[in-house]
Amino acid sequence: MARMAHITRDDVAHVARLARLQLTDEELDTFTDQLARVLDHARDVEALDLADVPPTSHPYPLRNVMRPDEVRPSLDRDEVLAAAPAAEDGQFRVPPVLGEAP
Amino acid sequence: MSAADVPAGDTALGIAAAVRSGTRSAVEVVEEHLTAIAARDGELNAFNLVTADQARQAALAIDERVAAGEDPGPLAGVPVALKDNLCTRGVPTTCSSRILEGWRPPYDATVVERLVAAGAVVVGKTNLDEFAMGSSTENSAFGPTRNPHDPSRVPGGSSGGSAAAVAAGFAPVSLGSDTGGSIRQPAALCGVVGVKPTYGAVSRYGLVAFASSLDQVGPFARTVADAAAVLEVIGGHDPRDSTSIPRPAPSLVAELEAGVQGLRVGLVTELCEGEGIEPGVAARVDDAAAALEAAGATVDKVSVPAAVHGLSAYYLIAPAEASSNLARYDGVRYGLRVDAPTTGEMYDRTRTEGFGAEVKRRIMLGTYALSAGYYEAFYGKAQKVRTLIIRDFEAAYEQFDVLLSPTSPTTAFPLGAKTADPLAMYMNDVCTVPSSLAGHPAISVPFGTDESGLPVGVQVMAPALGEPVMFRVAAALEAAAPGRG
Repeated sequence: MARMAHITRDDVAHVARLARLQLTDEELDTFTDQLARVLDHARDVEALDLADVPPTSHPYPLRNVMRPDEVRPSLDRDEVLAAAPAAEDGQFRVPPVLGEAP
Repeated sequence: MSAADVPAGDTALGIAAAVRSGTRSAVEVVEEHLTAIAARDGELNAFNLVTADQARQAALAIDERVAAGEDPGPLAGVPVALKDNLCTRGVPTTCSSRILEGWRPPYDATVVERLVAAGAVVVGKTNLDEFAMGSSTENSAFGPTRNPHDPSRVPGGSSGGSAAAVAAGFAPVSLGSDTGGSIRQPAALCGVVGVKPTYGAVSRYGLVAFASSLDQVGPFARTVADAAAVLEVIGGHDPRDSTSIPRPAPSLVAELEAGVQGLRVGLVTELCEGEGIEPGVAARVDDAAAALEAAGATVDKVSVPAAVHGLSAYYLIAPAEASSNLARYDGVRYGLRVDAPTTGEMYDRTRTEGFGAEVKRRIMLGTYALSAGYYEAFYGKAQKVRTLIIRDFEAAYEQFDVLLSPTSPTTAFPLGAKTADPLAMYMNDVCTVPSSLAGHPAISVPFGTDESGLPVGVQVMAPALGEPVMFRVAAALEAAAPGRG
């Protein structure tokens, strides 16, 4: 059974990168301390014997929900693009994805 | 103020009856409420936005329909406040986050459509903990909301603005969302009724997602009957939400007079005698149990052993789902963009500047719980605990029709008291998360006050789709609540 490890400052820096958040050194210290305390509290579940217990991902027994394949109006493209930070030629415009700006 | 002290003319049902019969105009009703908002919301900050002009126009249209002999619907002319994580077409929807500031959704949430179709008049969008993450409404980019009973104290959260708006008389009813207690706990702290329906009983279409397997929309009201009336309007199947239960909304208002004779009520030991339950709260829950017994119910203690692990499971599952749901805020399609030379840097800067500290904390907690090497130890285990909680509730509901507990372990606490200690803040949810994890309905009913005069809420829980019996018990509690004139 996997054991709960103690979260480190490096772990917090790693998950911040994965979540695309930039943290200052001070924030790293604060968040590491706070997350460690929350995860320590969650250790009560570690003592439980859960080997034969199935997981619940959803409280309501769901199967694939199908609907008739009918053409119907969707959101108006111009209205959606009007809410975007930048749009061009009917598409969302973003800065260069690779390398430096031209 | 006890729910039962509300003059009949000020309830949603009273207003709707008067407007439908033409004895009161919707315009006059909305002006009265806008005046109340103008007089006191500067102090309370319940609203992110008051939609006064749209409300006046909507009320005028209701009055014209009544004059033309039409029936505008069961909530005709009833002012309603909406938590600002419910999408409103063309009206800013911020989730009290900088990252969505200024965004105007291109569609209405299903619950908003249904309220408007029933004749309700939207008066504004209410403050919340950013993305509904919090228990005090202090994690808002637009400043905290204050408790109308004592403005030095929090209203609870995350739907603190919607709870405070109803408690202050800004609207007779409002909508909130509840993921781990975000309707029930602020209802308790503000002395109003708050309902978390069965998961899937109310459409989530247009509710900005926090933790999708837990989120539910529900009403706040000053009376149990008003909460029932709103739930009848917003509930029922919605083909636009694939997790919506394919059945119509149940009849609830008609159940309220049925009484509790012969019903079996279980007091959940783990939630009534747990660590951190204030004596003034525990005493009111005992009083509530005695009142139900006096009204003809039988009351016994019952154990739901896995409930003690609810908080741990919740604070792994909800952040895990949040970390995934909030990946969409990347500065590309809506809301804030902080410019940068590359798309990758733009993502980083937008999210870093756009999200507040609590949202960042939950995203990182969830990302960690889902990350390689830790998934089984954290998220996997939490999902199994969720199964245990469901099994223990099922066993309890074989013996009892409803279960009773405090809604919140404490009454309203001072602003700033818990902001430096996230774990202490999370403890507010200890009594509400078990039924959230099970997907069961629960309601908080005001039942007297603690020794300082602050409102106490009693939680009534029921099995999935048990809203009718839950509302019967809530109505009996309301009738017996201390302070009834």
